[in-house]
Amino acid sequence: MKNELRTSFSSLTQNEALARGVAAQFCMLFDPTVEELSDVRTAVSEAVTNAVIHGYGHRNGVVGLDLVKEDDLLTVTVRDEGRGIEDIELARRPFYTSMPEAERSGMGFAVMEAFMDSVEVESEVGRGTTVTMKKRFGRNG
Amino acid sequence: MRLTLMKEDGILTARLSGELDQHSAAQVRRELDRALGDPSVKRIEFDMKEVSFMDSAGIGVILGRYRTVSGRGGSMGIGNAPRNVERILRMSGVYTLATERSMR
Repeated sequence: MKNELRTSFSSLTQNEALARGVAAQFCMLFDPTVEELSDVRTAVSEAVTNAVIHGYGHRNGVVGLDLVKEDDLLTVTVRDEGRGIEDIELARRPFYTSMPEAERSGMGFAVMEAFMDSVEVESEVGRGTTVTMKKRFGRNG
Repeated sequence: MRLTLMKEDGILTARLSGELDQHSAAQVRRELDRALGDPSVKRIEFDMKEVSFMDSAGIGVILGRYRTVSGRGGSMGIGNAPRNVERILRMSGVYTLATERSMR
């Protein structure tokens, strides 16, 4: 049975903790391991941070966080209608950051890729970015 | 995020407690930089024992402070990280920059 939770919130860094909490709570439906829960929390945090500071550049906006459960598969979608990414391949490169002055480590996408099974990025300059991440639960159980 | 700072013999020990993300990073960075404003600090040690969550924003904080101390010929230590924090620290390679206190 499919189960979905669709949320949207203001693009403020203080909502990162809220987004992680919502995602973690939704993941309880999978009866997750501590590690699986931590993976999702971290990946969601990275995607939401990107939306807030890169997508909107700290301007007002709305970030969407959708969570879908289909059997043991979780699909997380983080959406913004911000400035978009010009070169997705470059943005995904480990340690690349467009904001070195802000001490961003450039590891956001690498972390998402390490902690989720798949990460898909769709972006259009001036229109926004959608990151879709999937994870199958119970692999190690 | 709570931060406890101790300074002794040129070593700044920073005990972090709570969740370190892009939001809390700003405050941590500000407090650490104030303490590092003292030029006699030659080493910074991060005690991660009570960090319940950290994402790549934490790596940015650690790397930035390492740049400050290494710029004055100093060093950095990172210890006591819980498993979930340990994984992201390892991924980032920051441990290759950290040294034990005795190796100072």
